[in-house]
Amino acid sequence: MPILEIQNVSKQFADHLIVNNVSLSIEKGEFFTLLGPSGCGKTTLLRMIAGLNIPDSGKIILEGQDITTMPPEDRPLHTIFQSYALFPHMTVFENVAFPLKMANWDKAKIHLQVEELLEDVQLTKFAKRYPHELSGGQRQRVAIARSLVDRPKLLLLDEPLSALDASLREHMHIELVKLQEETGITFVYVTHDQHEAMALSSRIAVMNFGEIEQLDLPQAVYTRPKTYFVADFLGKCNLLPAEILAKNDNNTLRLRVANYLEFDTSQDNADEFNVGQKGHFAIRPEKINANRQNQYDNLFSHSAKVKGYYYYGESTLYEFLINDEIKIQAMLSNSKNQTIKFFDEGDDVVISFDPHAGDFLAE
Amino acid sequence: MQVSSKLSKRLIFSGSVGFLFLYIPLIILILYSFNDSRINVGWVGFTLKWYKVLFSDKLLIDAAIHSLLIALIASIASVILGTLAGVALHKYKIPFLSSLIMVPLAAPELLVGVSLLLFFLLINFTLGFASIILAHIAFCLSFVAIAVRTRMHGMDDSLIDAARDLGASPAKAFFLILIPVILPGIIAGGLMAFTLSLDDFVITFFTAGVGASTLPLAIYSMLKMGVTPEINAASTVIILITLTLTVTASKLSPQLFK
Repeated sequence: MPILEIQNVSKQFADHLIVNNVSLSIEKGEFFTLLGPSGCGKTTLLRMIAGLNIPDSGKIILEGQDITTMPPEDRPLHTIFQSYALFPHMTVFENVAFPLKMANWDKAKIHLQVEELLEDVQLTKFAKRYPHELSGGQRQRVAIARSLVDRPKLLLLDEPLSALDASLREHMHIELVKLQEETGITFVYVTHDQHEAMALSSRIAVMNFGEIEQLDLPQAVYTRPKTYFVADFLGKCNLLPAEILAKNDNNTLRLRVANYLEFDTSQDNADEFNVGQKGHFAIRPEKINANRQNQYDNLFSHSAKVKGYYYYGESTLYEFLINDEIKIQAMLSNSKNQTIKFFDEGDDVVISFDPHAGDFLAE
Repeated sequence: MQVSSKLSKRLIFSGSVGFLFLYIPLIILILYSFNDSRINVGWVGFTLKWYKVLFSDKLLIDAAIHSLLIALIASIASVILGTLAGVALHKYKIPFLSSLIMVPLAAPELLVGVSLLLFFLLINFTLGFASIILAHIAFCLSFVAIAVRTRMHGMDDSLIDAARDLGASPAKAFFLILIPVILPGIIAGGLMAFTLSLDDFVITFFTAGVGASTLPLAIYSMLKMGVTPEINAASTVIILITLTLTVTASKLSPQLFK
């Protein structure tokens, strides 16, 4: 049985449909991520799970119990807010003790439990400090301790790392995964950061305009995007207009891409498409090779010109033009390259890729 | 460097002139309250006798006690009502109501006084302490509401969500989280309400009726016999109280005084 089920949930604010008929189920012990741009409805969905907003329609079920309209204080789950929302007039100790006080624990038990949690997040020394006397990272640890102190069934995290600087954020990625594994508590994580989502999650639901575009493992969402939006939002992607010329056996589609290029691509869901259907061919820049001469007989190859490049350190992103018209990007790794760059602007090259590494996406 | 230090010197100079303009009359009044002379002309010598006269003047002492009592009741009532109004204004953000709360502060006191008098007569309300207190609540409430709203602007709205999320009922979230967080605003508003009520003359004048008297009203009636050193002493005491309360309020809620 899934720990959390969301069934056909919708929510409207004024005239805006923020969450549109969303259904999903989350298994116990998952690190589940809602990923999407701002305004896609991910935070509203999280707030409905927390009980801070009530759905207009649909059901939210926690361990078999319908909690759709249950007040937030009665739900056995907690939220870590973007601002951490530490109570400024309470010490670290009092903040962490708050949920236990609300649950009417007796004083001695509260003391023991809070001490233990503060030890877990290495804040014992700071118990008597006030939130404004702490660093960003310490505040976040207080927020974590406060929401885990009474062992909730579910922890909701609303972009908890966005206030931290880059290096601390990466450190916290490791900490959060460790925390989730150690406690075994189911995490529902909201972020607009695709790298964060892929690094942390067991599964990702990519949201756009209040709907789930794709829900799958991070690798699947990245390598096999199902929609134009998912391909475009997660990482970099070449998205070329394409048309299905023919459907072959063993799930292979014959495509005409950008009016010039023709090749076969295998597709798990080939059944869903028809001959003549239009859409896009999506292929990641790191799947594309570029050389001065054609080196690969088994790959699809075409001549191209170098239009420009962006040096990223570990890799360089090159932009090529096929027939002076079709723009295609290739991410070339700098792992073995001793020179500064492979090509100059205007160089003639041959780009090649395995068409099966790409996907046809319907319009 | 040179330019800025010149500029700051000019600023300090013009600032000082402004403040002197505001405070010279008050300073003279305070000095004369220590002057050993019946008339306010020329310095004769230092004395505290006017304060002795003041504190043995039963009429004035009674009026002062009335004033303090009215200010206390009016400020407590307006703290309660004003806090609720301020919280509601922040939460529901109705622009029309937000401007409307300012009107009692901005409207000419004379108008407010006359309209209150008409209102009390219309509903057959006997003028006296009750009417003064009601009138004072009416204009103090706005001040508290604005102080509370200002404080809430600086507050993280997710604090209340977090309180609910962590197990607090709406009432507990209000009293354990919201009130303590906005308390400086509430106290600042309350102190300002107390001062405004204590110092008010015009509105009190219209709503006092015959029996009731407050310190400003008593001083005004004494003025008919000229400005005596005793009035200087009484005024000095009022200035001191006002100054203390205002400074305390500004310490508690700096945003309110910006």
